Amino acid sequence: MGNYFAIENLKVNYKTFEGEKQVLDLEHLALDKGETFGLVGESGAGKTVLALTILRLLATPPGVIAGGQIIFDGEDLLGKSQKEMGKIRGRRMSMIFQDPMSTLNPVFTVGEQIIRVIQHNKKVSRKTATQDALTLIERVNLPDAANIMSKYAHELSGGQRQRIIIAMALSCGAEFLIADEPTRNLDVTIQAGILKLIAQLQKELNVTVLFIANNLGLVSVTCDRVGILYQGMIVEIGTVKEVLKTPLHPYTHTLLNAVPRSKQAKIDLSQVGLMGKLTESVAGCRYYGRCLRKVERCRVDAPLLTAVDGTHLVACHRLHEEAV
Amino acid sequence: MKTNILSAKAITPRIREFKLSLFLLNRNKLTRLALIIVLLLVVIAVVAPLVVPYPTHIDRDNNPQAKLLPPSSHYFFGTDELGRDIFSRVVFGTRISLETAVLAIALSLLIGIPLGAIAGFMGGFVDDFIMRITDIFLSFPSLLLAIAISAFMGPSLKNAMLAIAISWWPWYARLIRGQAISMRERQFVKAARAIGTPPLKIIFGHIVPNCIAPVIVQASMDLGGVILTLASLSFLGLGAQSPTPEWGLMISTSRNYFLDAWWYSFFPGVAIFITVLAFNLLGDGLRETLDPKTRKL
Amino acid sequence: MPEPILKVSDLKKYYPVRGGFFSKPVAWVKAVDGVSFEIQPGENLGLVGESGCGKSTLVTVVLKLEEPTAGKVIFDGHDLFAMHQQELRHLRKDIQIVFQDPFWSLDPRLLIKDIVGEPLKIHTRMGADEMLSKVEELLEMVGLPREGTFKYPHEFSGGQRQRIAIARALALRPKLVVLDEPTSSIDVLSQAQILELLKDLKDKLGLTYILISHDLSVVNYMADKIAVMYLGKIVEYGMAEMVFNQPAHPYTKALLSAVPTIDMQSLDDIATLEGSVPSAINPPQGCRFHPRCCEAKEICGQQEPPLLDLGDGHLAACHLRQMLI
Repeated sequence: MGNYFAIENLKVNYKTFEGEKQVLDLEHLALDKGETFGLVGESGAGKTVLALTILRLLATPPGVIAGGQIIFDGEDLLGKSQKEMGKIRGRRMSMIFQDPMSTLNPVFTVGEQIIRVIQHNKKVSRKTATQDALTLIERVNLPDAANIMSKYAHELSGGQRQRIIIAMALSCGAEFLIADEPTRNLDVTIQAGILKLIAQLQKELNVTVLFIANNLGLVSVTCDRVGILYQGMIVEIGTVKEVLKTPLHPYTHTLLNAVPRSKQAKIDLSQVGLMGKLTESVAGCRYYGRCLRKVERCRVDAPLLTAVDGTHLVACHRLHEEAV
Repeated sequence: MKTNILSAKAITPRIREFKLSLFLLNRNKLTRLALIIVLLLVVIAVVAPLVVPYPTHIDRDNNPQAKLLPPSSHYFFGTDELGRDIFSRVVFGTRISLETAVLAIALSLLIGIPLGAIAGFMGGFVDDFIMRITDIFLSFPSLLLAIAISAFMGPSLKNAMLAIAISWWPWYARLIRGQAISMRERQFVKAARAIGTPPLKIIFGHIVPNCIAPVIVQASMDLGGVILTLASLSFLGLGAQSPTPEWGLMISTSRNYFLDAWWYSFFPGVAIFITVLAFNLLGDGLRETLDPKTRKL
Repeated sequence: MPEPILKVSDLKKYYPVRGGFFSKPVAWVKAVDGVSFEIQPGENLGLVGESGCGKSTLVTVVLKLEEPTAGKVIFDGHDLFAMHQQELRHLRKDIQIVFQDPFWSLDPRLLIKDIVGEPLKIHTRMGADEMLSKVEELLEMVGLPREGTFKYPHEFSGGQRQRIAIARALALRPKLVVLDEPTSSIDVLSQAQILELLKDLKDKLGLTYILISHDLSVVNYMADKIAVMYLGKIVEYGMAEMVFNQPAHPYTKALLSAVPTIDMQSLDDIATLEGSVPSAINPPQGCRFHPRCCEAKEICGQQEPPLLDLGDGHLAACHLRQMLI
């Protein structure tokens, strides 16, 4: 399991005015080919930093990759030069961002942008690229493709723009897609359509998807497995069923309880404190400040991800002790 | 008693911000150099009369026997046609140029910022009215204005400064207006209106402080430009008058002695060059510091 | 029956689309197209809708931050649109607003004490010391440390900044507080904390809220009555639990079933709504929702359904529902 894509001991720091702070400390994350993996975390937890690091798009400085490996189909991405990464981006790995408006160039028609992406990655004639673009636009369920091609980004709705972005991302045969909160800025009635589109294309093209989200409901309907990210550290991994039905880590519990359900059921905030800013370094478990089940060990010793039940892993000293 | 503690506590975060800005400024080597040069120039301007070897040569005494001497250990930059030490005069010229330029820009800002901010925030008729006035002033080149003012009030350093201020303010007004237009849609401005804050308080309490960054950048770059314009005006006889040791005036006078006394025009020229360059680089550096996008902390 | 604290009658806000040589209006964007409702003191109203429905424009006009095109707003017995600038400014202490964007709703150049203290400075004659202690009190009330008074907004997280915005809104003990998507830009945990805080404060200070959100579950949790908006009009209105558990209008149903929750297993469990929001310049003939409605009949394309009571104070603008009464 997890030979297709794996992250091991990835440490990413950020240079700030007050020194170098640790932003990501990912012990282990592995994906199988063809699966959809959800990564859930609050804003500031490091999700976008992770996405950018995988594609080696992180601005360095002020970012610093301090160690670790990102294995993609047998090769370590961190060992590659930007030139080599350029061959991978677009062709083998691709990404969709949160805000479709700022991802699309406002001065070119969307058709032009798709054509350019295709021509950049596949050495084909403009005619072929245009034909491909038309096919792609239809594939993302936008009717009247020729008309859409000639439109500018601001002339399209949010949902349409995001579909164009998905078309661009998958235009050159990418097999690995990072979707960074792709529906965050879309209306909820449009969201369903986009999620279904991603799922449909994923099946048709056998794409592996790393789906970054900030709410568990989204992950529940779209993903096979899920990882919970807290302040740059993965605290729990497992199948969606395992993690959502039988959550282990206190943070996961809190996330699940935080959604308002019915009028009468008061939201259970008993486990919540205020999350510190990401760049504060801590020796032991990062959740120490907020945790209500902590022991002395948690302050000095960062817990490792350990399997509690086959595919269900958690990083918590108390839970390891109880499982043993 | 309590108010003292109040102001101390209020200053600390501002000191932190200042330290941060300094840190960012220092990051770029060229900007650091520019900052040092500018600080040096300010110090020179302040202490000039106390430090120069021949303070009386600045604008009083002559020394006809020592006229047009080349640079030596007595006269570092040589002497001019009246035997005055060029070094002392060039150094003192720093004070004149800096003082006048700062005053000119300050005046422009005083006129331009309020007009631009009000125009941008109010929009509509007020905006149109103020912008038409701005357009009128923009169509006057500073030279023409300076000539007109000199003809009217007599040529002097003070009048040159006025001419510059009057021709410069429209640029700042335009700059601030553009910023104000984008600021007025911001939610904190809407919040201020929802609280009931009167429009003038919103303009000067909220909008202007948030728009000031590009203006500061522009103004620091303009300092170089103003010094140059001042020198040009003095060169043409419309600014500083003899015996004021203004750089442009010195170069103008040196024209007659150009072939025999190269040092006469050289040193004031170098002074202008270094000063203007330093301010331009500083302005560039400030833009990097004050642009929130490059401040990724 | 006590006097409503807010009564909005047939409010309209149209934006001109200018064209032609003389910039004459050639068309109108009907952002708010005839909205009426009443709020009793202490009764929270939830305003729900997606982008383009006009909910933010509605409150902006109700607060007279923009000029209305037509309609009347009576707040606490005062006709807002008929008041002078001075009178209106004075009345603003009683009706406050918290905005969505935690990053831009606070002036980045000011210290917290000046941001939260601004209403006090404008409307009272407090001295600096008194104002500072009032600000500290307010910060404590919203769960922030007193030392926050001497910090800048960027030193706080999104959730904390929203608390500061709430503190500012409460500085003058208003009667009505409008919250425009207060938790849409912050995390699920911070959202939970803010919602609980708002509930607490309502009880403690006797406030009335208008809560705007695209998230029906948030609105259901916080509001007593819910109004669902679509393309400038209210399409459903009633007691929160009724609207949430037994939605009448097809749009409300679509809204509810489109939200993924952790009880759902797959994408098949969420409903897709076809098409996108039509232009507010040329809304569809008849019922504005009919082109996207899966239950649409012929009459829906011909006649616009009025907002009628289906019984029990549950209103819906839908021919099909109205035919059943």
